[in-house]
Amino acid sequence: MKIETEEQLAEAIRTAEGPVRIVGGGTRPVGQAAGTPLQVAISGIRLYEPGALTLVAGAGTPLAEIEAAVAAEGQRLPFEPAHWVAALGQGGESTIGGVVAANVSGPRRVQAGACRDSLIGVRFVDGRGEILKNGGRVMKNVTGYDLTKLMAGSWGTLGVLSEVAFKLLPAATSQATLVIDLPSDAAQPALAAALGSPFDVSGAGWLPGVGAIVRIEGLADSVAYRADRLVSLLAPFGAVRIEREGSAQLWADLRDLAPFAGKPGDLWRFSVKPSEAPALVARLGGKVMLDWGGGLIWALLPEGTDARAMAAPYTGHATCLRGAAPAFEPEPAPVAALSRALRAQFDPRGILNPGRMG
Amino acid sequence: MELPKADARVIARKAQIVARLRAVLPADAVIDAPEETRAYECDALSAYRCPPLAVVLPRSIAEVAAALKVCHEERVPVVPRGAGTSLAGGSMPTEDAIVLGLARMSAVLETDYENRFIRVEAGRTNLSVTGAVEAEGFFYAPDPSSQLACAISGNIAMNSGGAHCLKYGVTTNNLLGVTLVTMAGEVVEIGGPWSDAGGLDLLALVCGSEGQLGVVTEAVLRILPKPEGARPVLIGFSSNEIAGACVADIIRAGILPVAIEFMDRPCIEATEAFCHAGYPDCEALLIVECEGAPAEIDEQLGLVRQIAMRHDPVEFREARDGDEAARIWLGRKSAFGAMGQINDYMCLDGTIPVSSLPQVLRRIGELSEEYGLKVANVFHAGDGNMHPLILYNANEPGQQELCEALGAEILKLCVEMGGCLTGEHGVGIEKRDLMGVQFTAADLEAQMRVKDVFDPAWLLNPVKVFPLAASATRRAG
Ligand SMILES: Cc1cc2nc3c(=O)[nH]c(=O)nc-3n(C[C@H](O)[C@H](O)[C@H](O)COP(=O)(O)OP(=O)(O)OC[C@H]3O[C@@H](n4cnc5c(N)ncnc54)[C@H](O)[C@@H]3O)c2cc1C
Repeated sequence: MKIETEEQLAEAIRTAEGPVRIVGGGTRPVGQAAGTPLQVAISGIRLYEPGALTLVAGAGTPLAEIEAAVAAEGQRLPFEPAHWVAALGQGGESTIGGVVAANVSGPRRVQAGACRDSLIGVRFVDGRGEILKNGGRVMKNVTGYDLTKLMAGSWGTLGVLSEVAFKLLPAATSQATLVIDLPSDAAQPALAAALGSPFDVSGAGWLPGVGAIVRIEGLADSVAYRADRLVSLLAPFGAVRIEREGSAQLWADLRDLAPFAGKPGDLWRFSVKPSEAPALVARLGGKVMLDWGGGLIWALLPEGTDARAMAAPYTGHATCLRGAAPAFEPEPAPVAALSRALRAQFDPRGILNPGRMG
Repeated sequence: MELPKADARVIARKAQIVARLRAVLPADAVIDAPEETRAYECDALSAYRCPPLAVVLPRSIAEVAAALKVCHEERVPVVPRGAGTSLAGGSMPTEDAIVLGLARMSAVLETDYENRFIRVEAGRTNLSVTGAVEAEGFFYAPDPSSQLACAISGNIAMNSGGAHCLKYGVTTNNLLGVTLVTMAGEVVEIGGPWSDAGGLDLLALVCGSEGQLGVVTEAVLRILPKPEGARPVLIGFSSNEIAGACVADIIRAGILPVAIEFMDRPCIEATEAFCHAGYPDCEALLIVECEGAPAEIDEQLGLVRQIAMRHDPVEFREARDGDEAARIWLGRKSAFGAMGQINDYMCLDGTIPVSSLPQVLRRIGELSEEYGLKVANVFHAGDGNMHPLILYNANEPGQQELCEALGAEILKLCVEMGGCLTGEHGVGIEKRDLMGVQFTAADLEAQMRVKDVFDPAWLLNPVKVFPLAASATRRAG
């Protein structure tokens, strides 16, 4: 069923006789989910105030539409959402509601926070069919519990988003990337040095065929100054090259997992304590990419690999984006119990994307 | 403001409850002599106070858990407390409640510069977190003005902000993990030194839950490398409207200052009389601070200057050295103290869309006249977080009520304009009964169901946040 208004959505959930599988653009099919497909097409930008750096949009609004609208005003979504279409081999067009439900954040997460950090308000329909709101359209808000951030990364298991609100940032007018030719398992210390410097690094990763990459953004003179300083700071790790023209493309490639596009295999994502990256990369072997200073490791592994066992021990969690393994990391018992009880409160019939998060 | 009736049955069992607490805790960790519990009768919302049943001051997670288990079995409400600087009555007890204070749990447990985090016991003060990492060139970003006194546990419970959150975010954006002890005494680890939750984001729920979901005993906090430098400018304007327009233009121009602070005439005059910062004689002023190396700051402040000049400022003052910078901040930093010198005041913190700033200030001026109470405004303009200070005389009969009524009007105005009741201080008891202005019954019900999960018996700080009528049946359970 295709849903175009919040009222339709509430009605559809209230009258649902069994599980529903919630679909935005269908570009992030992570985890198992059975049920009648419910496509959220509540679309359109409701409010955009560039002078207040805030935007409100229907959950079914295409991500591309939002990115174009804010770019036209010289602004951007701070968290640099990834497009996984190519890497996951899916068709379709990513929606902003799907981005929120999956809490998708790109390289700039190290500087500007995750999707959940930019999310300032939501409207959603819970499993009872009740229309609810939380947060709002202002940047600072501690009125009541923060269900807004709870909805980010809940993969449609607590409610179906109908509207989302974000704070934005001015887009940088200038950027540069420092490139060091290092192997994947030697990049993390260099990235940590950059992130531990006062030079306001907005990306720190490792890209196959390129090496360790460190991004700085801002006003032109400031970027030039910081690039210079970082060249000296990073010199002990290897020869440092400054990339200007190609800078944006490098980060788009890392963000959208371009090197993995069209390649077979299981796709894994590890969020760990960054200093564990070298050991993890060595244990996983093969095709990897690093982001967030090593705190995020992407791995493309042969089908059927039990990557969690292979990578252990690690401090954090692993998600299987494509493959037969359980998608989400098993949680410690007390946390799992709380999460289960929360789902039972928001969705007492257990009809929203049942089984998706395990 | 209505204060709920204490449970007489609990008060009648005081001796037994205190004895049970003493049996599981060291002798000096349980305080019940009225002269010793006095310090715990109120927080910074000092118009309201109430003696607690007793106070416990544990030194370890095990002691926190032991105390909570006793209270859980005895069905005694518990009010967690950090430093007691809440402006919303968040840590004020009721007569039938045990105050559980974290003051003795303030150790640094781990500092990790490579992964940029620090793990602390949650009773540690905000400023001393930065103190612990400063020598290595790092800092903890959220900086409430109360940072010398307030505890990380209180910051987490209130999701506190500060002057620099325009760039660095508030507590929830800088919190990586917590150790939480539930009312039943179970110890739960949520999050840690990695990014994002592997499942549902429970950390987001705990942060800002005002001590109602569990007692936070430890926290993993993100630390950041200190910028090379920072420098403010002060800009005076001939009206609030013009100052507001200048804020919007600075933001639109793509500059991201770390702070944009706003003071109106009543506030400027009061602070001037108090601390002689040498502020210009004007209707409104902005303090804009930018960070980086000297040349980078010049580049940003140069743009700020260009924009400001388009708005015919009464004065544009730059800081040539550290002393001048300190003088620019002096008045802003003394604003609350200055108000306290001349009057009693009530500090609101409703947030509004930045674009409606001039309109809201005009309406606050009108309301102030109607009620016959002065209102001074000092606030974080970049993010729309207002701080109207209503000045009144607590000794004059009726003024407290009048002040609260005006406060409620101002907060309703904030919500009407698309904003919210509180941007960083929390709901506590102060704004509890206004929650219906911002939320529907169903919205509040959804939030209360979250508390049902963590604290089914509704024993943790139960009379806060939700309107008493809305939470009545749950609290009676
Ligand atoms: C002069 C002044 C200036 C201020 N400036 C700012 C500002 O700029 N920004 C801002 O955001 N706030 C500000 N505040 C408000 C206040 O300082 C913050 O809310 C602060 O975070 C409270 O910390 P605390 O340790 O004093 O908490 P307390 O007052 O002790 O408690 C606050 C809340 O936290 C809960 N709590 C405490 N410890 C725990 C725990 N271990 N587990 C669970 N819950 C717990 C309490 O139950 C209560 O609900 C200011 C206050 C004053 C007096």
